[in-house]
Formats: sequence, C-alpha cells, structure tokens
Amino acid sequence: MKILAIESSCDETSAAVIEDGCRQLSNVVASQIKSHKRFGGVVPEIASRHHVEFITLVIEEALQRAQCTLKEIDAVAVTEGPGLVGALLIGVSAAKAIAYAAGLPLIPVNHIAGHIYAANLNDTLEFPLLALVVSGGHTELVYMKESGSYEIIGETRDDAVGEAYDKIGRVIGVPYPGGKHIDEMAHHGKDRYNFPRAMIKEDHYDFSFSGLKSAFINKVHNAQQRDEVLDSNDLAASFQAAAVDVLIDKTIRAAKEYPVKQVVLAGGVAANSALRNELAKAVEHELPNVRLIVPPLSLTGDNAAMIGAAAYIAYTRGERAELDLNAKPGLSL
Amino acid sequence: MKILAFDTSNTAMSVAVVDGQQLLAEKTVNVRKNHSIQLMPTIDLLLQDAKWTPQMLERIVVAEGPGSYTGLRIAATTAKTLAWTLGIDLVGVSSLQVLAQNAAMLEGQWICPLFDARRGNFYTGLYRINMDGQAVVIEPDTHIALVEWLDYLAHQDKTIYFVGEDAWKIKDTIKKHLADRAYFSKAILQTPDAWQLSQLGACKEVTDIHTFVPQYLKLAEAEANWLARHTLQEGESLVDTY
Ligand SMILES: [Zn+2]
Repeated sequence: MKILAIESSCDETSAAVIEDGCRQLSNVVASQIKSHKRFGGVVPEIASRHHVEFITLVIEEALQRAQCTLKEIDAVAVTEGPGLVGALLIGVSAAKAIAYAAGLPLIPVNHIAGHIYAANLNDTLEFPLLALVVSGGHTELVYMKESGSYEIIGETRDDAVGEAYDKIGRVIGVPYPGGKHIDEMAHHGKDRYNFPRAMIKEDHYDFSFSGLKSAFINKVHNAQQRDEVLDSNDLAASFQAAAVDVLIDKTIRAAKEYPVKQVVLAGGVAANSALRNELAKAVEHELPNVRLIVPPLSLTGDNAAMIGAAAYIAYTRGERAELDLNAKPGLSL
Repeated sequence: MKILAFDTSNTAMSVAVVDGQQLLAEKTVNVRKNHSIQLMPTIDLLLQDAKWTPQMLERIVVAEGPGSYTGLRIAATTAKTLAWTLGIDLVGVSSLQVLAQNAAMLEGQWICPLFDARRGNFYTGLYRINMDGQAVVIEPDTHIALVEWLDYLAHQDKTIYFVGEDAWKIKDTIKKHLADRAYFSKAILQTPDAWQLSQLGACKEVTDIHTFVPQYLKLAEAEANWLARHTLQEGESLVDTY
C-alpha cells in the first residue's frame, strides 16, 4: 500500500511516498532555514507564506521521484498537529483537496508519532519501547506498549531542549539554528562551568531547561562585566554536557522501570553527536537487553517520510479524517 | 465552462458551482466561522447538489486577496491543490474586485471596495462598471492609510459608491471627506458572492498553479524590517529543496 504524506508543521514543506509504512520511495523537503536565519528564528507568518509557495511543487516532486502517479496512491496522510497553526493549515488544506479530488482516504497524523516512526524506515520497531523525542519544539519521553499506543511519561515543563540550544547559540553568537554549531564547538571544549542538571535527582521523568539557559546567560554576562574572557568552546561543552546528562539519566531510568525492548531516539536534536554517542554508551552499559535505535541523520529533522510511516499504523488501526479536518496546533499524543 | 469558485478572504465564506453563466448551487455564510473546517465540506455539498463529480470541473476560480492572511492561504492552497490534482485551470481574482462586482448594475459608476487592515489602514482600490456590467480597474488594489486614500478620492470630481461591511463602519469618516459625493451600498451588496467571482474568473487569463500565492499587498513585518536594512541578491533563494 502506498501513502502520499504531507508535513508542514514548522519551517519545512515536505511530501513523501511511503510503501507499507517502511519503504521510502521518495522524501522531498523544501527547507526554509535560510529564510528564517535572517531573523534568528522561525517567523510564523513567513513560514506560512513559504509553505503556500512550495506545497504543490514538493507534492509533484515526491510523486515523480517515487515514479508513480496519484492513481497508484492508496491514501493521503497529513500532520494535523502539533505545530504552528498557520503552517499546519497549508498541509491540511492541500491534503484534504487531494483526498477529495482523487477520492482517497485521509489519515491525520500526530507530528510526534511521526518522529518516532521515522525509526521504522531504516529499522524495525519492537514493542514495548521507550522513545526520547527531542527537537526545537519538544522534549518528551514516550512509552509505547504496542504499535500505535502512546503514553507520555515525561516532558519539559518550560523550554524544549532544541529551543535552549538556539537561545544560548544567540548568546554565544552562532547563526540560527544554533544546535549544530554548539555541538561542534563542544568537541573542542571542556565541561568546566558545572551548569545545573535540573531535576536530575527527582523521581519523575519531566525536564526543565530554562534554569540551564539562565545559568548560561548569567555566566556570560557576569564575565562580560568583569572584562573576563570565557572560552566559547568550554561554554558550549559545559552547556551540552548538562543538557545531555539529564536527557540520558532520565531515559535510562525510565527504561529500567518500564519493560521495554527498545529505546528510540527521535527528533531534530537526535542529530546531536554527544547525545547519540553518550546514549549509545549508557544503553550498552546499563540496559544489556535493550536495543537503541537512532534514525539516520536525514530523518531526524521534520520530513514527510516519517509522517507516512506513522500514517500506515494509523491506517491499519482504522484512523480516518473527514473533509472538516482542521489544524490542531496544541495536539498531544 | 464548468466552474467552482470560492472566496474566504474575510469573515464571509462564499462558494458557487457554475456552468457558464448559469448558477447551479451556491452557499454564503456570513458569520465568523472557521474557513478551514467549512470550506471543503461546502465544496463537496454543492458539487453533489449540482450532480457533478470533481472530475467534471474545468476551472477553479479563487479570490486571491487582499484580506485576512489565514483565510487567503486556506483558499489559495485549496484552489491550487484542487486544480493540480484535477489537472484543470486555475484563476485568481482580486477579492476587492469581487465586492465591486456586486454593484454591476451601476453602469459607468465608480466603485470603491474597502477592507479594514487595522491601525488606520485599509485595503482598497477603485473600479468602474463598464458597458458589459464588469467592474474594471481604475486604481489598482493597495494597502493605504485611510486618510490618505480619502484625500485622494476627494480630489476626484466623481460620485463614488462604497461597498463592503468595513466601508459601512467608517461611513461618517468617509462623509467628512466626500460629503454628498459618497454613496453606500445596501447590506446585501456588502458580502462577497462567489457567483460574481466565477463570472470575473471565467474571462480572466489562467495562472500558473505552482507559483500561485495570495495577493497579501503587504509584507510580513519581519520581512519589511529586514528589507529596510538588506537587499536580496537576484536569483537568491531562501528555500532549499532536497
Ligand atoms: Zn518536529
């Protein structure tokens, strides 16, 4: 079965053709990063305008690269939320129009479920599993008892981890999005500033990154006032170590409490090398019977292939949307 | 020609299914409702009323703006994706012209449609009803300070008919500038009518589906601020496709 999937929840307009939920026939992404770099972050109105410019182009390109026509497509899937409402509306409007005009079933997909199922495109998910979803908008620990069932057991109480990376990136003076640059700088620095590991000792699985962000900003400002020069690489390494420590500590503890077969790392921050490496080491040492799955870099950011992968499960579970489908910016799993 | 026409530029939603000049089905809702929720079900309902399948359509005509950004994008995205999926023509028509066309019986008269753009600014243009009963452009659509626009109109030695709900709301201000040269349309003519839209779109040139975007007539604020300090290199793309 072939699904045409569409994703437009933030600043990537994407369309993909996915076969049986696991084979990626195409995955086209029109990324607006260059545009939003001008403003130091995503501007929702501008994101929405770009989505309208590219929506039919990426859909046509996705079908062409998959070497198929709409006649060979069995269903249309789209991200209904969470995300920016104006951005989501473009994908939702387009998906409804195609489903209606081509007489195809319409499958609504949760963006977070998409990030988790991205792992199913290069590997095979086995349940029960624990997923750590980390991106500019999310920091969540999701327990999945079986395919298509989601339980959020921990989430951030303030900033998402990717958001914290972008904000301290601005303070250090690296271009948006800051994550990649901080990660690189961290390799050349040392963790010497002992930034706080928020809530690491508490026995729930929630996160908080605003304290870490403030501690970082204070450190930089205080040094500036004393005309003291701090090593940017050390700052980056210290921030990264604090963020990664908390993420890994909570993930490992949750995986010990819940009887999981796999731990899945998902979302844009899954591209972070320290998080990938440290989590791999921790799983190997502390969870001998658990397998860690990390999606390839090309599938960590927002893309429609992951939406098609999650849509297949939703489809087999009978989930459908009607023509009154609306964008749901605050949708939870 | 079998046409599906729709306008969700402002509060009202109007959808019509039209065969040539013959209206087969139409629905206009003028209470604040979510266009994203009601547009596609209405299209489905009206095509069923007309006993047509989507595949029988030959042209999509959409009100392309100005208006509320979200409403414009819902209409534009739905229109271009329907046209692309069905492999048929797409035509965009000014949302202000659609309103002006409501005054089609006033041959030779000057018509001024108005949408409130907030902070003392309006989207507006100036149209004249020609001998065929078509609203043709005298002054192109623009985003402008109300005072400046009324001052310009006051210097035209003409009687002007104002159309649109937002025009009615600023009646007193308009009268201050134009005195007895300002006329106001009846309530029924203040709401966009997708049948009128279909007729304007029937004789307009077809547009390219992929590059079709709403006519916002205004840059996003962040973009305007950026352009005040930078210039975009020619051919420079801000979006990369991979
Ligand atoms: Zn995402």
